[in-house]
Amino acid sequence: MGTPYFPGCTLATKAKNYDTSGKAVAAALGMPLDELPDWQCCGATFPLATDNTMSLIAPARVLIQAEQTHAKQVTTLCAICFNVLKRTEFSLRKHPEQLERINWFVSTDETTAGQTYTGKVRVTHFLQQLRDDLGWKAVGEKATQPLKGLKVAPYYGCLLLRPPAEIGLDDPDQPTILADLLKALGAEPVDFPFKCECCGSYLAVNKPDVPSALSGTIVESAAKHGAQAIVTACPLCQYNLDAKHTLPVVYFTELIAAALGLGQISMTNFQLSKFTI
Amino acid sequence: MINKALVIGAGIAGIQASLDIANSGYQVVLVDRLPSIGGHMAQLSETFPTLDCSQCIMTPRTVEVGHHENIQLYTYCEIASISGAPGDFAVKIRQKAKYVNWDACTGCGACQEKCPWKAPAEFERWMGVRKAIYTLSPQAVPNKPVVNPDVCVRLQSMAKGEKLKCGACLKFCPTNSIDFEQKESFVEEHVGAIVVATGIDLFPQTRLPEYGGGKVPDVIDALAFERLLAASGPTGGKVKRPSDGKEPHEVVFVQCAGSRDPEHGVPYCSKICCMYTAKQAILYKHRVHHGQPYVFYIDIRAGGKGYEEFINRAQQDEGVLYLRGKVSKIYRDGDKVMVWGSDTLSGRKIEIAADLVVLSVAAIPAISNNGHKIPGLDLMLDADGFYQPSEAELAPVESNLPGVFLAGAGIGPKDIPETVAQASSAAAKVLTLFRRGASL
Repeated sequence: MGTPYFPGCTLATKAKNYDTSGKAVAAALGMPLDELPDWQCCGATFPLATDNTMSLIAPARVLIQAEQTHAKQVTTLCAICFNVLKRTEFSLRKHPEQLERINWFVSTDETTAGQTYTGKVRVTHFLQQLRDDLGWKAVGEKATQPLKGLKVAPYYGCLLLRPPAEIGLDDPDQPTILADLLKALGAEPVDFPFKCECCGSYLAVNKPDVPSALSGTIVESAAKHGAQAIVTACPLCQYNLDAKHTLPVVYFTELIAAALGLGQISMTNFQLSKFTI
Repeated sequence: MINKALVIGAGIAGIQASLDIANSGYQVVLVDRLPSIGGHMAQLSETFPTLDCSQCIMTPRTVEVGHHENIQLYTYCEIASISGAPGDFAVKIRQKAKYVNWDACTGCGACQEKCPWKAPAEFERWMGVRKAIYTLSPQAVPNKPVVNPDVCVRLQSMAKGEKLKCGACLKFCPTNSIDFEQKESFVEEHVGAIVVATGIDLFPQTRLPEYGGGKVPDVIDALAFERLLAASGPTGGKVKRPSDGKEPHEVVFVQCAGSRDPEHGVPYCSKICCMYTAKQAILYKHRVHHGQPYVFYIDIRAGGKGYEEFINRAQQDEGVLYLRGKVSKIYRDGDKVMVWGSDTLSGRKIEIAADLVVLSVAAIPAISNNGHKIPGLDLMLDADGFYQPSEAELAPVESNLPGVFLAGAGIGPKDIPETVAQASSAAAKVLTLFRRGASL
């Protein structure tokens, strides 16, 4: 039995290559992902108003679905889903009165009658599982086709790491988790000053010039520092950065797939022809 | 009652307290962990708001301490233990091995001149170098050197049991004062009262990853900039940046770097930064006339005699550009240091391509930084690690322990005049105790 896995809406639609490559590498690494049955949207944003309990119902439902599998953790690939679910887990643990209100609502709602969230399941990101459960050394040993000579800029964005007290994945200013993965895969991580800057996020919808400018700075800096590609863990970052058409912007799972020799995976944006491995 | 006082820490607070007690006719034992006295004040270029040369106004006092018949000076020493009670504390002092017989040494400096081994100088905030046998500065009191065992190849060859190497200092010392066989030793003193003046250290840049985390060579802390401004510093008072030695034309000063920031574990105001930053920006402008200093600040706290006027001078007469806002990010871009900040008065984002960035890093208690809590003195600390006076308002220099008094920035960040006033206050408490004698 694998780890319960919450793909989220984007990975089911626009970022299918992230989902497919993620599931494939997880299986190949011996830690398969079991997609939650009948999952629903995570809520897409964590509410910033402290009295906004209503917006926590969607992520709480996801946590309830995960708990019904009796697993200790539920894993995600999308950095945004991870952020929303992790912060919901944190908030409901910290505020019992909020948990009580949510449980009252969910348990009396006709579609989820009788269900409650107990706070037992932990939200993790797949990167975290690679680092903490499997270890970089084991990842490196399984990389039969190491990405030798490939210079990749690890791009973290904001939601994968912030706020650090709630997310706790890595240092929010000088993270290393993606760079460590790249090293394990035999690639050369390229450090650049904008690795944690915001890509512009959802402003792509109503103010596209903002993410265009922000992502432009990020991509140009990565290129200037010698990167041949950018790696990310977030579909929205991938979308905004890839729109610049400067460097290939790939998901970390696609790079792992390449290093594991899983060539059959469809990689929409992963144009290996652009560089030699 | 033993009418003799122990003063721990020989910065300006410990110096002032020692002189006040000694000039009243009582004996003082003054201890410092460094080879010479003066503390951080000895590192400063000039003082605010008068722009006096710090070394010049301090030297008469350091020299007086060095020569005072009532002051027994123990430098390069640490407190090993303190026991007993007010009126008779037994103090064990650990004298670190200096490898120099100070009784014979005349301080001629031949050893330092001939020593071929160099290491970054802590006193210069690691921007200059010092020899393996060194004094902190040319104005050191006592002006006698010590040997750094981490750098001296002679001591290292001895430790490894190899063939003895080097020995340049041995050969050139005219008074045969070099003693590589010297070991650490212990001295016991009995005192009636204690003044604790251990001062502050600086918040390490490594804990400010958003400002480069100490990895960008041209992002330095304010004490390092003092050394660049100081005539006795590593550049002889010329402002040259560390990476390539070029004169910086755009210098950004960042106030509250770590201070007033609970996220960094420093919720308090470091108090001295607004004033010294204005001073440093003015002094930079005096050295580099065509240069442009910028100061990012949250708000200006200039409470003190002549202080507000000094800030006005920086802003209005000296051409220092003040920007009200926090800096969010500092990173290296080629030979420039990029500074991202905001100007909350105009509501604009600011980006400056600077040649040098000076961080006014938070002042933190020295004992928390070097881990040197004083053995045997269970002094009460506040949440930030500073000494907690027994009554914040009416007994600001009295500790929780009878007979033990506090002075200087170890209680909380403060400037020189306030430190000196507090040191005299602690000395007065000691003198009161001595006069009351057995009636305690």
